[in-house]
Amino acid sequence: MEHIPILRMGPFLLVTIQVDMHDQLAMTLQDDLTNRISETGAKGVLIDISSLEMVDSFIGRMIGNIAGMSRVLDANTVVVGMQPAVAITLVELGLSLKGVKTALNVEKGMELLRKSLTESDIEEVGLDREETRNHGLTVCH
Amino acid sequence: MTVRKQEIMALRSVIDVSAARQKVRSWATELRFSIVDQTKIVTAASELARNTLIYGKGGTMRLEALESNAKRGLRLIFEDQGPGIPDISQALQDGFTTGGGLGMGLGGSKRLVSEFEIDSKPGEGTRIAVTKWC
Repeated sequence: MEHIPILRMGPFLLVTIQVDMHDQLAMTLQDDLTNRISETGAKGVLIDISSLEMVDSFIGRMIGNIAGMSRVLDANTVVVGMQPAVAITLVELGLSLKGVKTALNVEKGMELLRKSLTESDIEEVGLDREETRNHGLTVCH
Repeated sequence: MTVRKQEIMALRSVIDVSAARQKVRSWATELRFSIVDQTKIVTAASELARNTLIYGKGGTMRLEALESNAKRGLRLIFEDQGPGIPDISQALQDGFTTGGGLGMGLGGSKRLVSEFEIDSKPGEGTRIAVTKWC
């Protein structure tokens, strides 16, 4: 089965969507991410949609679901890199991604996730802030 | 109004919905739509193609490249022989769904295009035609 790769970076999970996602692939990503959060105890999820040329109601719902599920599993979600034309279309379509944190790019998104870490989170994942910042990438899938 | 080019494609699976999006994108690019207009028509196509698949139990999308008084346009016609829509005005309301979705597809698509026509007969099927002019 087709999967979108999920990268682990310290206490965070990173997803870059680089393909036109069909509905089944979006559902698979939602399940995979939820499982990875639960397995790894990740404290944050960053979803980079800068390559997505369109977000329709189905993908919008998937993003909302991921944010909701991670919240329940004690992780924050940030969606980054939305193209301006996609943002205009999404709002006109009637979706505003309520309850989903967004940032302009990966760097700002990571900063947002880092700031949301509590002292006990840092202790729990066994990293100090500097290490968190410089932690190498580990491929989960 | 002249139809410059036309093509019809089947919508039988989620892969076809994805292929429909890509086809609409390439036609809109060829018609020199702005990036925002391209994104709007592709997003509307995605919503309507998915509706044809899920509610219409599959069907077709027909693309037409239009020209009228030096204006360029793209018309998309979605047809199915599914169960039809019993109450069209209800189906167009934001938030109304019978399929467990967000209920933004039909009303939302209408806002993204220049012209929107819907014909549906219970038991016979649904035909939705949308046009985007640039």
